[in-house]
Amino acid sequence: MRLTVNRATYEVDVEDDMPLLWALRDELKIKGPKYGCGIAQCGACTVHLDGIAVRACSITTKQAEGREITTIEGLGTPDALHAVQEAWVEHQVVQCGYCQPGQIMSAASFLSMHPEPTDEQIDQAMSANLCRCGTYPRIREAVKAAAAKLQGA
Amino acid sequence: MASIGKIARRTFLVGSVAIAGGVAFGYYAVKKPHKNPLLDDLANGEAAFNPWVKISSEGVTLITPHTDLGQGAYSMQAALIAEELDIEFGQFDVDPGPPAAAYYNTAIGPEIAPFRSTDESFQANAAREFFGAVGKLTGIQGTGGSSSVPDSFEKLRLAGAVARETLKKAAAEQTGVAIEDLKTANGAVILPDGSELKYTELAATAAEIKPVQNVTLRDPSQWRLVGKPMQRMDIVPKSTGTLTFGIDLEFENMHHATVKVNPRRGPMLSYDASAAEAMRGVKRVLPVTNGVAVIADNTWRAFKAAEAITCDWGPAPYPAEQEDHWNAVANSFTAEHLDNEWRHDGDADAALEAADSVVEAEYRAPYVAHQPLEPIGAVIMVTDARVDIWVGNQFPRFAQQQIADVTGHDVDDIHIYGQYVGGSFGHRLEFENVTLAAEIGNQMRGEIIKLTFSREEDFAQDFPRQITMSRGKGVVGNGKVDTFDLSIASVSASESQFGRIGLSSPGPDGQIAAGAWNMPYAIPNYRMTAYKTHELAPTSSWRSVGASTAGFFADSFLDELIHAAGADPVEERLRLMDHDVSRKVLEAAAEMSNWGSPLGPNRGRGVAFVESFGVPVAEVIEVTMTDAGIKIDKVFIAADVGKIVDPVNFDNQVKGGVVWGLGHAMNCEITYSDGMAQQSNYHAHEGMRLHQCPEIIVRGLENAEKIRGVGEPPVPPAAPALANAIFAATGKRIREMPFNKHIQFV
Repeated sequence: MRLTVNRATYEVDVEDDMPLLWALRDELKIKGPKYGCGIAQCGACTVHLDGIAVRACSITTKQAEGREITTIEGLGTPDALHAVQEAWVEHQVVQCGYCQPGQIMSAASFLSMHPEPTDEQIDQAMSANLCRCGTYPRIREAVKAAAAKLQGA
Repeated sequence: MASIGKIARRTFLVGSVAIAGGVAFGYYAVKKPHKNPLLDDLANGEAAFNPWVKISSEGVTLITPHTDLGQGAYSMQAALIAEELDIEFGQFDVDPGPPAAAYYNTAIGPEIAPFRSTDESFQANAAREFFGAVGKLTGIQGTGGSSSVPDSFEKLRLAGAVARETLKKAAAEQTGVAIEDLKTANGAVILPDGSELKYTELAATAAEIKPVQNVTLRDPSQWRLVGKPMQRMDIVPKSTGTLTFGIDLEFENMHHATVKVNPRRGPMLSYDASAAEAMRGVKRVLPVTNGVAVIADNTWRAFKAAEAITCDWGPAPYPAEQEDHWNAVANSFTAEHLDNEWRHDGDADAALEAADSVVEAEYRAPYVAHQPLEPIGAVIMVTDARVDIWVGNQFPRFAQQQIADVTGHDVDDIHIYGQYVGGSFGHRLEFENVTLAAEIGNQMRGEIIKLTFSREEDFAQDFPRQITMSRGKGVVGNGKVDTFDLSIASVSASESQFGRIGLSSPGPDGQIAAGAWNMPYAIPNYRMTAYKTHELAPTSSWRSVGASTAGFFADSFLDELIHAAGADPVEERLRLMDHDVSRKVLEAAAEMSNWGSPLGPNRGRGVAFVESFGVPVAEVIEVTMTDAGIKIDKVFIAADVGKIVDPVNFDNQVKGGVVWGLGHAMNCEITYSDGMAQQSNYHAHEGMRLHQCPEIIVRGLENAEKIRGVGEPPVPPAAPALANAIFAATGKRIREMPFNKHIQFV
């Protein structure tokens, strides 16, 4: 199968039903998306498919074929942070950090669709991503800050 | 100020050695004649030199042996060294270093002494000194018990100071300028003319000279870093997906493995892997203790193959059904199960006897899982000569021994490379992933293997928090609490945890009573009795350990008594308090929350105070009873850790502790049926979701004399404060966790 990840094209030889997460992590060695639950409960594996946040553990590689896959590595880099990542750094959101690639990918997708979100919309959109460390108060702040940054940009 | 003469000689000797291309500053765990026979059997291997600071011409490396579980331990340790070394974040690397006795935890030992943290008597301090010596003797390198900051606070600054002064001496020798005329900043020695000699340029000279020993720690007024907001060094990597966790490690020709182990923790009687062996990508199926391992070319293929293996599991070595676990605990409030009477002020029996009416209540706290988001695993390679393992564990020297027991290697040939881990909450105090990785690696010598547990396997093999119950009897009169008589029956998580690695814990288990016997209240009749239930399902330390349950029982029951007395929950706690630092904490939370001000209809406010790990913490919670259930609106929390190293990380840890405490109190439990945990993934053991998260307002106080850690202490008051708030809003007392068995949450 041919996959387009972060604007690069890859050939992978995997079963049609292999979850995209494992094609990314173990075949393409793209480790930003994390394995947390395997059943779309935690959101640690969140990537964008044509700009929309999806759970890479619960869509198959076949379903992702021919579509634009973006992982946290493709969103921004330490030298060129995406506005959401900038906000995450400024608000020092992370603790263990394991859920944060998924949180950031969810937030980026959400803000692209809701540039001026209400508190309630933020709460709803971000509740599908689990954080065991309890960084939620800072996630809320960072999402709002990112929204302001994106509006100003 | 602490000087090396006062502290270091008692605990460690700082020295230096030449290393390739430079110098290392650290300490020797020296075998030396000593009056105390306990200290006489340090093994030869423990006389090794262990560095804190390594400087070569290539760069500066700071050694940070406390495991970073997400609590920011690497940055905290680096900041303490850098404070005295005069080097900035960005100018050094960190490395957890090899497991070594010299990195023994100086702070865990003294906390085992059975004295209230507020007790500064001769006996209390003598006991702390004794247990501290045991810690030194046994060389326990551990991360836990909120001890990383107290363990590191002086010794790492001293290590930085010794390195700095020695580098100045090297610069003086190299340039002929007098030491008094030299300054240090930004990783360099500054000469009077303003020119700089970088530490890396001085490394070779420093290696040749005797290290300066007579250093004095700087006065806090001179601190550049400590106490000021910092940016943790892992913030950017963790916000960009560029930080490598253990699960992300990649090596050439690496195999991907998973395990399937008896969920009843009994033996595996037989298995059939024929279907699995025929599946794509499956390389091997190997027997391991009580189960099987699958080795494949992709983690998912290993998971799928493991599902396809049929296993005949033997029975559980504990009651198969949850009800029998509860019965065992309920039947433990008897003389034969007495673990210790931790406190008896006044005469509780006489007061209860004489009372017209006695307030009674019973509480329960269930098994709860750890389940940090990164599943457990390890990368390992076993050869005939050595074992190399990449894993984050909170007891790396115990892990070494566990591996040695499996592979037969000498402990010195087992090389552990500590990794950043995706959360722990006590999970990585255990060794299942380490020993199973060793069993797999040992059967595939010469191959490199990454073991990853599926989430379901991680749930099944987790060692949950203790199951425990409490019974309270109390008397009130004249608007006051007069008698507080609390009994707790619990399995011993400490005994279970340390028993698995062959360590026995003599004496009573202080964690059964933690947070309940040590309340800083002068109640006329105050008795706290602990009963130990024999081992049921195996359990382990869970963030805040005993206080997470005993604190819930004790503060909830006190709140019931205060209400029965018709007193104000804050006023009465303050009236009873006999510890000034604690009083200021409670006063702060009350003031922050505007305690006493009217709330709207269907709203309620609850307060709780629990001291754990020496840290007094008060929380006030506001809730609203909505049509959809209880909504937690706000949490006001005050805590006193003596000195806050980094206010940003402090705030984050405190908020995280509140979320942890509330989330699990709301909706988490592990129950057993047919000997197996019934909860297999986050849908059944969810914790808090963002939409449920209250606004959390934090205040850190610095009145306490001793510096303390804050990873755990915010947890215990969260559950009772919530229960007390729900009572205030609804009139309903919730005496059992998880609360959602009794009330709905939004």
